[in-house]
Amino acid sequence: MAVTGPSRAACEPTIGFTFDGRALRARPGDTLAAALLANGVGLIGRSFKLHRPRGVMTAGVEEPNALVTVGTGGRTEPNTRATDIFVYDGLVARSQNRWPSLALDAGAILGLAAPVFAAGFYYKTFFGPPARWLWYERFIRRAAGLGPAPATADPEVYEHRAAFADVLIVGSGPAGLAAATAAAHSGERILLVEQDAVLGGTLLSDGGDRATIDSTRAAILAAGGRILMRTTASGLWDHGFVTCVQRLAEPGQAAGLSQRLWQVRAKRIVLATGAIERPLTFANNDLPGVMTARAVRTYARRWGVLAGQRVVIATNNDDAYRTADAVVAAGGEVVAILDSRDDPAILDSRDDPAIRDSRDDPAIARGYGRFRVCRGAVPVSAFGAGGRLRSVDFRIGGATETLAADCLAVSGGFTPVVHLHSHGGGKLDWREDIQAFVPGATLQNITTVGSAAGEVDAVAPATASLRHPKSSFIDFQNDVTAADVDLAWAEGYRSVEHLKRYTTLGMGTDQGKTSNMAALARLAGAGATTIPLAGLTTFRPPFTPLTLAALAGLDAGGHAAPTRRLALADRHAALAPIWQPLGLWHRPRAHPRTGETLHDAALREALSVRSAAGIVDVSTLAKFMISGPDAAALLAIVCATVVKLAMGRGRYTFMLREDGMVLDDGTVWRLADDRYLLTSSTGGAERMTAHLSYAHRVLAADLHVSAVAVQEALAGIALAGPDAAAILERLTGAAVPAHMGVGSGVIAGVAVTILAASYSGERAFELYASGDAAEPVWDALLAAGATPYGIEALEFLRIAKGHIVVGGEADGRTTALDLGLARMLRKDGGFIGASALSRPALADADRLQLVGLTSPTMIPEGSMLVEIDGDPVAGHVTAAAPLVPGDGYIALALLRGGRARHGHHLTATSPTRGQSAQVVVTQPLFYDPEGIRYRD
Amino acid sequence: MFLIACPHCGPRAQSEFAYDRTLDAVVPLTAGPDAAMTALYTRANPRGWSDEVWHHRFGCRQWLVLRRHTVTHVIDTVRQWP
Repeated sequence: MAVTGPSRAACEPTIGFTFDGRALRARPGDTLAAALLANGVGLIGRSFKLHRPRGVMTAGVEEPNALVTVGTGGRTEPNTRATDIFVYDGLVARSQNRWPSLALDAGAILGLAAPVFAAGFYYKTFFGPPARWLWYERFIRRAAGLGPAPATADPEVYEHRAAFADVLIVGSGPAGLAAATAAAHSGERILLVEQDAVLGGTLLSDGGDRATIDSTRAAILAAGGRILMRTTASGLWDHGFVTCVQRLAEPGQAAGLSQRLWQVRAKRIVLATGAIERPLTFANNDLPGVMTARAVRTYARRWGVLAGQRVVIATNNDDAYRTADAVVAAGGEVVAILDSRDDPAILDSRDDPAIRDSRDDPAIARGYGRFRVCRGAVPVSAFGAGGRLRSVDFRIGGATETLAADCLAVSGGFTPVVHLHSHGGGKLDWREDIQAFVPGATLQNITTVGSAAGEVDAVAPATASLRHPKSSFIDFQNDVTAADVDLAWAEGYRSVEHLKRYTTLGMGTDQGKTSNMAALARLAGAGATTIPLAGLTTFRPPFTPLTLAALAGLDAGGHAAPTRRLALADRHAALAPIWQPLGLWHRPRAHPRTGETLHDAALREALSVRSAAGIVDVSTLAKFMISGPDAAALLAIVCATVVKLAMGRGRYTFMLREDGMVLDDGTVWRLADDRYLLTSSTGGAERMTAHLSYAHRVLAADLHVSAVAVQEALAGIALAGPDAAAILERLTGAAVPAHMGVGSGVIAGVAVTILAASYSGERAFELYASGDAAEPVWDALLAAGATPYGIEALEFLRIAKGHIVVGGEADGRTTALDLGLARMLRKDGGFIGASALSRPALADADRLQLVGLTSPTMIPEGSMLVEIDGDPVAGHVTAAAPLVPGDGYIALALLRGGRARHGHHLTATSPTRGQSAQVVVTQPLFYDPEGIRYRD
Repeated sequence: MFLIACPHCGPRAQSEFAYDRTLDAVVPLTAGPDAAMTALYTRANPRGWSDEVWHHRFGCRQWLVLRRHTVTHVIDTVRQWP
């Protein structure tokens, strides 16, 4: 089918690659599509739904048909456009959506798909019994598809970079180069991005001056600018922000560093993104061998590859005539030019005797030099065999004629690439003469130039009716035919957005780049409306598909989020605990000994706290040093409890959101006359930092106070248990502070602040030391016989005491009243959230309220609470644990009107896990209700 | 991504900032229950210019008031609170 053109003969095919296992050779600079055409491979894939044979249709990123899977293992990239990958040595390419082979496809042979896949077929499968749908679903998933995603991790590296420019120019065709030259002369710092591997755009196929390209490149670089090749401006966002994806290696290629995502901020943006040629709509217009006219010209001129020996050109504009010149120059034969226009002016523009001689034959003018031009002629149907084009039927006047051809070059006009302009909020204007939308008003400093701005040849819109709408394709990638568009209209889909969802038109990897305008024209025709009234679907980034890996960059795997390291991390690691991720931290969950399960270990650890002494790392607690003459005033604004403290004393406190819900809780300690330490939950640390800042800077800017987050500066160890006071006295050699008192001491030579607070319910002390000096303190406590315990045991202990956890019981929907904390609220108000508390709904007796649950069996955490199975849900279990020490199980729960339901029997059930337990509602306090154990 | 001209730090990417609320949703400490509920739950939601409170969280940590157009995303002024 293909021949080797003059420019091709001079270049050795030095590159080896495979397609479906067949070893082929390519020349440097070939795209995969060019190389396949040069090797005579016309059939490249099977279509998405109907399994029709498909070949190369375009020479650019708009390609709907020639999708292949390239690469192996983790580097596999499915749905790669053969027109947008440059062949490298060792490239492995495979066709998609075929079984058992590309040439012999079962789906196509059986013709199974066609009747099933009419417009809206998927939605129609929802009617009828679910079992039938499940059966359809399996069939559809198997039959319809693109390339499967690889199952193994991609070993390539992807990275992000930022760039700043006075002017970002997208596209290096004639318009982009002209803009770059002008910008370079005015001294602007230029960033030029080009998705191709070489500069020039259409200059490469329409005969450009090499010197123009070279001098522009030199001018950009001389002005301090930068040129990025193989770089696609993927999305245009606000305030001159553009994301660009640079391919440092071709898809599937082993390179180490594969792609770079550029985040570009530009003072102004020039869009020279060109235009995309539209195919024509006729029967079998999807056959391999039917290509856009400019693609045929590009393969001939740029790569010396003739897409066919006998070429028929069908057009409604002047541009396709140049393809005739290119075909002949490359050694092919132009069988005929079918021009839908009755009197194309281009035929008169040449002072060619041949044109004058043919005037007596109005239908067939032997013009444009030496070609057979059929005026007022449109293709009706293409015919093929063995995946190749054989002939073309066309209508001229009232007659239908047939031409033998192996390539049909079609041109339905040009659609400006307005995607980026639209991403940026720009409006579109309709141009009747070119039957396309062009960029209109823009909100940003964006200029569109060249063919992207509508500088393309005028077209004659199609007027003839289609004879075979069921085989006349509009969206090639999604197998949407003219008949599908008509059906959608007939079934009531008026909006173009609905049409898209119903027919899948404009979806997929090409996002309708070649099909949108033809679809709009068909829709407008069906509804007797106009294209500008029919409207357009919204263009959204990315312009062409990009890999998730490029978006993730280096923030993947273990680097997906930073790891926050505890000051005592090495000490914990030495005990080989089970780790638990908590936000960005990793904390020991439990420290199992040989043969112990997590649960066994947590039970043992909790028991040792109850019976002797344990230590747990509490460094992750949020901690704020509040200092200054107005420190107490700021605390009074933030905290909903009384915060008036004697020197060296502390108390439990909690904070509210402005809507009255509990935001967080912790403790507050008066360390000095005008210095307080405020602690709050680990998970809420960032939020509390912002909350304190808001309270201080926005609500009470006149206060003389500073609030400094010291979360990581101070390492914290809680020492708890009946032996805790004795251990601490032995280590510090001094008396320990009373419960809720502040003390200080020196342990193993390290100064520690001692806060006598109890979370476990036992006599306990939080010891704070500088993070970089805390390890000897931990070692000394271990040596003194304290058992290290993890957060699993900590949970057991706190549940027994009914202490709330932010996110569990304080879930953003519970008030102090709901949580049983109302008596601690400061009566005089003046704190954030105080004015919201008088809302009547918050006093509703049927609100979710904190209760305890007991059961002889394990209570499933997160389960719902019901009176009897099938009843409405009355609440849910927020935390569950075994009772330590003792038998049975306990839980905390939020229950509708819970405080009035103590003693009720409920079922805690988790249907998703198939677990349930019979529970009794109690007060949320299961251990030492008088609080004797933690007092001094 | 917006480019926000912080009065202290100069033009910076939006990712350094945290949006907090519209200016009229700031509840003064002295607000009574009705005024507080109105500020919290009644939204003007303008299609046009909107005054908003932002926090330069990963910069100078100052609280700023942005005047931003909700359709065009043009930022007219950025000033220090109050």
